[in-house]
Amino acid sequence: MTDVRRETSSAEAGVDLFGFLARFAPLIFLIVLMAVFAVMEPRFLSSINLFNVMRQVSITGLLAIGMTFVILTAGIDLSVGSLLAFAGLVAAAVAKGGLQDRFTVGEGGVGYGWELAALAAIMVGVLGGLLQGLAITRLKVPPFVVTLGGMSVFRGAALLFAAGGPISGFQPDFTWWGQGKIGPVPVPVIIFLGAAVLAHIALRYMRYGRQVYAVGGNPEAARLSGLNVNRVICSVYVIMGFFAGLGAFVLSARLNSAEAVAGTGYELTVIASVVIGGTSLFGGVGSIFGTVIGSFLIGVLLNGLVLMNVSSYIQQIIIGVIIVLAVAFDTFAKSRRRRA
Amino acid sequence: MTAEHAVPPLLAMRGIAKSFPGVRALDGVDLEVAPGEIHALLGENGAGKSTLLKILAGAQSPDSGTITFDGRDVTLANPHAAQALGIVTIYQEFTLAPDMSIAENVFIGREPGRGPFVDWSKMAAETHALIRRIGLERSPMTLVRDLSVAEQQMVEIARALSMHSRLIVMDEPTSALSLSEVEKLYRIVRQLRAEGLSIIFVTHRLEEVMDICDRYTVLRDGRNVGAGRVAEITIDGIIRLMVGREVNALYGHREAGEPGPVALAVEGLTRLRTAQDPHATELRDVSLHVRRGEILGIAGLVGAGRTETARAIFGADGFDSGRVIVDGEPVTIRTPRDAIRHGIGLVPEDRKLQALFLTQAIRTNMSVAALDLINRFGLFVDERKERGMVEEYRKLLNIRMASADQAVGNLSGGNQQKVVLARWLALRPKVLIVDEPTRGIDVGAKVEVHNLLFEMARSGIAVIAISSELPEVLSVADRIVTMREGRVTGEMPREGATQEKLMALMTLGSAAKAA
Repeated sequence: MTDVRRETSSAEAGVDLFGFLARFAPLIFLIVLMAVFAVMEPRFLSSINLFNVMRQVSITGLLAIGMTFVILTAGIDLSVGSLLAFAGLVAAAVAKGGLQDRFTVGEGGVGYGWELAALAAIMVGVLGGLLQGLAITRLKVPPFVVTLGGMSVFRGAALLFAAGGPISGFQPDFTWWGQGKIGPVPVPVIIFLGAAVLAHIALRYMRYGRQVYAVGGNPEAARLSGLNVNRVICSVYVIMGFFAGLGAFVLSARLNSAEAVAGTGYELTVIASVVIGGTSLFGGVGSIFGTVIGSFLIGVLLNGLVLMNVSSYIQQIIIGVIIVLAVAFDTFAKSRRRRA
Repeated sequence: MTAEHAVPPLLAMRGIAKSFPGVRALDGVDLEVAPGEIHALLGENGAGKSTLLKILAGAQSPDSGTITFDGRDVTLANPHAAQALGIVTIYQEFTLAPDMSIAENVFIGREPGRGPFVDWSKMAAETHALIRRIGLERSPMTLVRDLSVAEQQMVEIARALSMHSRLIVMDEPTSALSLSEVEKLYRIVRQLRAEGLSIIFVTHRLEEVMDICDRYTVLRDGRNVGAGRVAEITIDGIIRLMVGREVNALYGHREAGEPGPVALAVEGLTRLRTAQDPHATELRDVSLHVRRGEILGIAGLVGAGRTETARAIFGADGFDSGRVIVDGEPVTIRTPRDAIRHGIGLVPEDRKLQALFLTQAIRTNMSVAALDLINRFGLFVDERKERGMVEEYRKLLNIRMASADQAVGNLSGGNQQKVVLARWLALRPKVLIVDEPTRGIDVGAKVEVHNLLFEMARSGIAVIAISSELPEVLSVADRIVTMREGRVTGEMPREGATQEKLMALMTLGSAAKAA
């Protein structure tokens, strides 16, 4: 009996305060950061700038949603940027009706509609993710290695497919998905937030979400509880691929162009967004809400630095340091959870 | 040997105490080892042997007590300090690097060198001398991976000798050896004794104590219960010392009803070691059955194959041959999913590593296997039903918790175990296997868990209860099967079973004694 009392009191006092901080630290940090930038650079708070930030965030944010599923299973996907480039090129080629007429701007009229282009991008992403998921679960190669390989394979495939050059000039109903607005809100932002809501529902309310958390939290316990661990692990890479494809479509629409070097370095930004949002690299802990906050945090940081004329080289350094600090915090939080 | 008091002991541990949160592992233990003797350290699982060995190896420090080695007071602050004195421990799981040579393993971390370079020829020559001394006919450059388990053990011994050790502690050295290999080990150990070394021999095979040991020390519940010369005691005497405690008065029995038809039968279950896992416990021709409404206890020491049998039945590990029969029908079980589909549940031996999602809510922990029952449209978790389920089992099992959303890791061991039990009860299983159902939980919760097992049996579930604690097996089970080294060695109804009879079957491996 004494046991119970001691535990609940410690849970109420120390652990919960820490848990509260761990949970809302990203949000608090985001608000503080925005306040600092607002004071230092008045342009920061203009609605034009804020929507601009949100639009920039939406592509990596879409990828970060997929990455949240992956990291919740204690996995990682380094291939997202490459897969995005490849999927974007395939979508562009579909929209243009082939690779011959790649630079015609505007009314080409020979290609297929945006619907097929989007479908093609998503199919490429899903297939790429499925291949990697199968390699991880069937060949028993660690996710880090499989997706490091995938990073090279998909980049190579993109370069090969495009023969090195970009494909640009799409129909307005295609580019609307990247450049359009509904009211004052850019379309990519709506896509990002809509996808976030759906992903949140899947993880929080669906049986599938329970399985993802279970497999990430303790794969052996998940297996002994009758879950098909391999299928769950494979599925998160398929979901990641879906979001890489969707992101590729929106990015091509926004830039009115697709090229083989698109998305270079995205993996770092995306993983940073997820980890800063509180999802544990050890698996089993995290949320889509955190990932959305994490994505905005990185977006605001980069935007603020640009407004303050900080060199993009320094931005890279800052992102790198932040990801290490976020993981250090995660490791610390994990040891706290152990003790608790 | 008559002048025992004339020879001061090589090692004298006195009044050693060590507590862990909630457990008093050692409570004033003495251990004395003379020079040139083979000393048996004996006790049931949980008697405190492992803790004492860890203190002796410098891996843990005692809360109180003194250690004298070779006439001087010493503190074994870390493993290095112990080794420097000449105390070397050879663990049951070897600590060799399989892809390095014998010589590299023997001298790992202490390579003879010329400046920054390893002196390979010196290392090979010294290794050669060491391994010939104990009769290992191999080249020092052979990779450890290519050696048999017995040969790997000899490499461990060679490493101990290379450290000029004076006391070698061997933890269950014979558990992975064949009969002829055991004979060879005996020869080596006797030779080392003749050379003046002392050996502490930890074993569960009491015949071995008689064969090779000079003196013994028996621990029970963290205290000394006996020590003396092996020549002056019998195996039965040792068994009495090991189990001596009275069956705890707290443990109740139940009035077993008339058991129903056989719910689960296992025939000829066999699982052999593979090259990848030479230390795995083998299962050899294990056959047993359990009826509806019956509690079958499986008793055995560590490594007897109890857990392996449970995991094989449940589809957690594969097996080479044998069959599983549920309700009279042979079934194919390849994964835990299959087992669950056939109405079998398993509460695994290590709650935290194998059953719980510690960072997650009680609610999700309890429902993880039951989502087929509590969902909407097959896709969404029906949280209202889920919370209802938590509430139902909270009351039924008396789980003390703040809320269904509390992380399960914050509960006490007993309440965690109840959450795991609830997970399976929610599936209404035909057969529930519980492996060490009360390990690491306090006495009050133990009684509650036992009563739950009784309740389950009364409701018609066939229960298989595995436990290292004989009083627990004797109190919970209606019928008891004993195992040793992967084989079933005996079976008896609870009436007439005693700790002594069971211990004999668990350590001697001949069914004749108890029959």
